[in-house]
Amino acid sequence: MRLVDIENLSVSFAQHDGVVQAVRGLSLHVDAGESLGIVGESGSGKSVTCMAVLRLLREPPARIVAGRLSLAGTDMRKASKRELSQIRGRVAAMIFQDPMTAFDPVFTIGHQIIETIQAHRPASKAEARTEAELLLKRVEIKNPASVLDNYPHQLSGGMLQRAMIAMALSCRPQILFADEPTTALDVTIQAQILQLIKDLQSEFGMGLIMVTHDLGVIAETVDRVVVMYGGRVMEEGPVQDIFDAPAHPYTRALLLSMPGQIAGRRRLVEIKGASPNPANPPTGCPFHPRCDQADAKCSAEAPAFAAIGHARQAACWRLQ
Amino acid sequence: MTVTPALELRHLSKTFSLPVRNGWRTTNVDHHAVMDVSLTLPRNAILGLVGESGSGKTTTGMMAMRLVEPSAGQILVDGTDITAMDHAALKPFRRKMQVVFQDSYSALDPMMTLGQIVAEPLHIHNVGSASDQADQALGWLQRVGLDRSYGNRYPHELSGGQRQRVAIARALILRPTVLVADEPTSALDVSVKAQIINLLLDLQAEMGLSILFISHDLSVVRSLTDKVAVMFNGRVVEHARTETIFTDARHPYTRSLLDAIPVLNPRLRRTRTFLSRADLASRSPRLAQRDLFAPGGPSAEPQLVAVADDHFVEAIVT
Repeated sequence: MRLVDIENLSVSFAQHDGVVQAVRGLSLHVDAGESLGIVGESGSGKSVTCMAVLRLLREPPARIVAGRLSLAGTDMRKASKRELSQIRGRVAAMIFQDPMTAFDPVFTIGHQIIETIQAHRPASKAEARTEAELLLKRVEIKNPASVLDNYPHQLSGGMLQRAMIAMALSCRPQILFADEPTTALDVTIQAQILQLIKDLQSEFGMGLIMVTHDLGVIAETVDRVVVMYGGRVMEEGPVQDIFDAPAHPYTRALLLSMPGQIAGRRRLVEIKGASPNPANPPTGCPFHPRCDQADAKCSAEAPAFAAIGHARQAACWRLQ
Repeated sequence: MTVTPALELRHLSKTFSLPVRNGWRTTNVDHHAVMDVSLTLPRNAILGLVGESGSGKTTTGMMAMRLVEPSAGQILVDGTDITAMDHAALKPFRRKMQVVFQDSYSALDPMMTLGQIVAEPLHIHNVGSASDQADQALGWLQRVGLDRSYGNRYPHELSGGQRQRVAIARALILRPTVLVADEPTSALDVSVKAQIINLLLDLQAEMGLSILFISHDLSVVRSLTDKVAVMFNGRVVEHARTETIFTDARHPYTRSLLDAIPVLNPRLRRTRTFLSRADLASRSPRLAQRDLFAPGGPSAEPQLVAVADDHFVEAIVT
């Protein structure tokens, strides 16, 4: 079954001096139990895509247009407020980059997890508390009973991220959206959290959408990748294929520019220029001003997203 | 005759006194942020200082610049001890040591044009006439890859990468001997990171600069530095040539840090074994004794010992 099914999604934000196009014509899907990575730089539209599917954007100023936008069969474009609150938590849950601001500072961790559990299913407070304790134990928090009585500021970033994962899992969602879940964490804690998410994904049989700017995180965690740039999908395919043979010039340049692949003090392969301004995107392919293979056609017209091999698609005139 | 290193830190320590609530009373408890750190930054070299948040790497860098006063130890710039210098005596040395911070947004005055920002160090140190200063500033903007026309723009008009270029121009316009770069690339987009690293490498080679590069990003450190010092809980636990650290790390903490780096190849995915603080402690009893909040400070006094040529590791009782 298609858990997430998006076709031709566009998200724009009305500003006092014009319209910002954050996502332009994006299509993607995730099947049950599958893990998809969305990789892109700041402003590429990766987070907005997730927020749009879960209808977490305030409309207006946001404007969502899509050919299809469904979560586990429910049309999210038409879902009522009631349906939305049923879907969020039970069908789909999300964990955010900054666990410090994702929790309410004036309530204990326990209060917030118990509240979530009781919002979605009939359970007494005692039952919910036992459940919360089990969840904290499952995310490898060593003293779950006392952590339940802690306030967010009393926990470290890594512990809070674990608690947030526990809260996200409390209603057994079919799909987990993880938006840069490890960006604010130290590298050793990042490795632990990624491992935990992978373990839980297979244990619960959940679908996973991992949103990140870090190709390393992608290489470690997901089956399939969507590479975004300037609000568009540049390339999509199985993770191994993309790392072995990146097809799109942007993906290729990004992989080549990663530091630390060869030891020793040496210049890196850099991508010239800067990411496009979403308020004033370049015409045609968003990457053409920085692409070393671009020609007149690339600046005139955006290439269609087309199949370039088994289970792979890319948007590039050079590949068509 | 040995050449005097650009920067030398000898047994630097920093203790912060932090208020801790104990019931209704508040008492001050000493927090040992940095303990007995000795580092040498040779001329024309890039030394990486790595560690996780709270390891003391930034405090060490700020002490080296005298932006944080050390509690004990000595700082030598070009062979001169600057630890106890007063403001006036320190001023000529400030020219020799400059810093680039992580957050280029808060590092640049939003009310000043880029030309003014880059020329300000010349102004402070009274170098050349006003028109000469402005001209040099525009030259430096060009040198860091921005057009001279950027001189009239303001910081908010720039991207993160461009702002970091301006910060680098401002730091280097006085032609310092030492540059402390505190996480200069960690707030940048992936596709821009390589540009800034290349810029630092080019300028380092052109100017014969010595750089103390503070970072938690081990991939960047691997591509950029000659030597690496690894900090953990306020101390340097391992110190060696960059290649040695990445191929022959000896300290369990260094190894766990290296093992945590994501590998850019999905085929090499693996289930990791994680060292908890307790595991680390059991492998190194000296680490266990290192309770930072213990009254009177940590009891153990670990020493760095040479395990190979140019490779120092904290003495571990195994």
